[in-house]
Amino acid sequence: MVVAKRALPWLAASLRPNIVPTQVKISFINMLSETGLPVIEATSFVSPKWVPQMADHTEVLQGIQKFPGVSYPVLTPNLKGFQAAVAAGAKEVSIFGAASELFTKKNINCSIEESLQRFSEVMHAAGEASIPVRGYVSCVLGCPYEGKIAPAKVAEVSKKMYSMGCYEISLGDTIGVGTPGSMKEMLSAVMKEVPVRALAVHCHDTYGQALANTLVALQMGVSVVDSSVAGLGGCPYAQGASGNVATEDLVYMLHGLGIHTGVDLQKLMEAGVFICKALNRRTSSKVVQASSRL
Amino acid sequence: MGTVPSALKHCLSYQHLLKEQLWIGEPAAPPPALHPEQEFQISGLPDYVKIVEVGPRDGLQNEKVTVPTDIKIELINRLSKAGLSVIEATSFVSSKWVPQMADHTEVMRRIERHPGVQYPVLTPNLQGFHSAIAAGATEVSVFGAASESFNKMNINCSIEESIEKFEEVIKSAQNMNIPVRGYVSCALGCPYEGNIIPAKVVEVSKQLYSMGCYEISLGDTIGVGTPGSMKRMLEAVMKEIPVSALAVHCHDTYGQALANILTAIQGVNLYKVMEAGNFICTALNKKTNSKVAQASFNV
Repeated sequence: MVVAKRALPWLAASLRPNIVPTQVKISFINMLSETGLPVIEATSFVSPKWVPQMADHTEVLQGIQKFPGVSYPVLTPNLKGFQAAVAAGAKEVSIFGAASELFTKKNINCSIEESLQRFSEVMHAAGEASIPVRGYVSCVLGCPYEGKIAPAKVAEVSKKMYSMGCYEISLGDTIGVGTPGSMKEMLSAVMKEVPVRALAVHCHDTYGQALANTLVALQMGVSVVDSSVAGLGGCPYAQGASGNVATEDLVYMLHGLGIHTGVDLQKLMEAGVFICKALNRRTSSKVVQASSRL
Repeated sequence: MGTVPSALKHCLSYQHLLKEQLWIGEPAAPPPALHPEQEFQISGLPDYVKIVEVGPRDGLQNEKVTVPTDIKIELINRLSKAGLSVIEATSFVSSKWVPQMADHTEVMRRIERHPGVQYPVLTPNLQGFHSAIAAGATEVSVFGAASESFNKMNINCSIEESIEKFEEVIKSAQNMNIPVRGYVSCALGCPYEGNIIPAKVVEVSKQLYSMGCYEISLGDTIGVGTPGSMKRMLEAVMKEIPVSALAVHCHDTYGQALANILTAIQGVNLYKVMEAGNFICTALNKKTNSKVAQASFNV
C-alpha cells in the first residue's frame, strides 16, 4: 500500500502570531521537496486582512523549486483567490468546507449551503482550466461550537463536494476529539457516498489520538493522510494544546508497518529542525525529541 | 484548518466536548449500554480494559527530582479515587540504587487502601519481598527483560541469574498467597542490542508465567515499537500464554503508544485522573505529557 502524505506548511505557519519571512518559507518548502513527500501544501490565496501570515502567497509560490512528481496545492477560498493562484502558477487548489453550520458561520460568516455555492464558482473555473481541486471537510468528529457532529452530516457535505468535482475529500478532525470508534463510525457513513480511494484523513493530535485514529482509517482502506512536519500549527481552540500530527511520527509508524511512503525520514526530520529553529519553538514530533537525546 | 476564527470565546468548554463522547461517564455509573445505531465497537476489542497505573512508581522513579513522601501519598490517594483498579505504589529496592523510592515503607503504610483497588509493589529479590510484606503489601511485581545486555546494564546479572532470584520471591509469595505480576522489558527493542526477536520475549515470558506470575506485562521500554512489531510479538507470546494473562506497557517515546495500544477505556473517571495528574505536575513544577490535559487545562 502506498500512502501519500501531505505536509501543510501554510496551515502551520498561519496559526503562529509572528510572521515567518518569505525566504525562510521558500527554503523550508524546498527542503520538504527533497524528502520525497508527494504533496506539499504551499500557501493560501486568502486575503491578508484575514490571514496576514500568508500575505506573501504569490512570492512563495513563484519562489519555490517545483520538483517533478511533487504537487504544490494552495488554498483558494473564492474565485478571486483562485484567479490569483493560477496567475501565480498554481497547478492544484483546495477548498475548505465544514460539517458544522455554526463553525462555517463563525469561520466564514455564511451557511454551509452558501459556502458550497462560493466553491462551485471555483470548481467551475478550475474545471475550465483543468486544475484539480481537493475538498476539505472540517469538524468531522466534533465541532468547537456545536459539539457532536452526526456522521450523516459529514457524509452529506463530502458527497456534495465530491459530486461538484473535487478529486479527493480530506476529512478533518479539526479539534482532535475523535477516537478510533468515532473515526470508524464516521468513515463507514462517508464511504457509502464517496469511494474510499477518494478519501483522506486529517487527524489532529490535540488529545493525543491522531495516530490511533489514522491507523483505524488505514485499516478501513484510506491511503492518503495529512500531517504537518514537526507537528506545526497549534490549536486555536485550546491554547497550549497541540494540533496537527507530526509527519515524522506518522512516517515512523507507517514505515514500521512496512507501508511505502517514499519519504526519507532523516531529511524530513532535518526540515523540521530547520523550521523550528526559525520559529524559535520546540518540535511537537516525539520521534525528533527522542532522536535529539542521543 | 481554513481561516482562523475570531469568535473563540463562543467555543464549547472542554468538559462539554468530552461529555459528548459516549465513553466518558461518571465514575459510579457502569459503562453505558450502546444504542444499537451507535454500536461502533471495532471488532476484536475487549469490553473492559484494566489500566495499571504506574505513575507513582515507574513514573516518579524516572523523574529528575525526588518527590516528598506526603506528595506521593496524596497522588496515590487521588488516583485511588479516580476509579483505577491497580496502582503501582512503590518499589522495595535498595535506596542506594533508587533513592527516589527510599520512602517505600512509609508510602506503603500511609496510603489509603481503597476497597477493590490493588497496590502492587516492586520486589527485585527476597529481601525486598520481606520488607514489602512487613510494610503491608498484598501484591508484588518482578521485572525481567528479553535482552541480556539490558539485564547486565540494569541489574548486573544475566537473564538466567535474574530468573533464579525471582523464583525465590515467587515461591515465598505463593506460600503466603500473595499474587505476583511479571514484567518483561525490551519486548520490542533494546537500547543496547537493538532488535529483539519475539522468540526471546516468548521464552522469558513463559518462564515467569510457569513459575507462577498471574500476569505478564510486556514492555516496549524504549517506545520503538509500531503496531506491526507489536502484533508480531504478541502473536508469538500468545501461542504460549493465554491472552487473559497478558498486559502491554507501551512507552510513548516515538509517539506510537496509543496506536500500539488502541483499545477503549471504560469505567475510569477521566476528570479525576486529570486532576491527579495536574496535582503531581504542579508539585514537580513541570508540564504534563498528557495531550488530553494540555488540551483541557488551557489557561
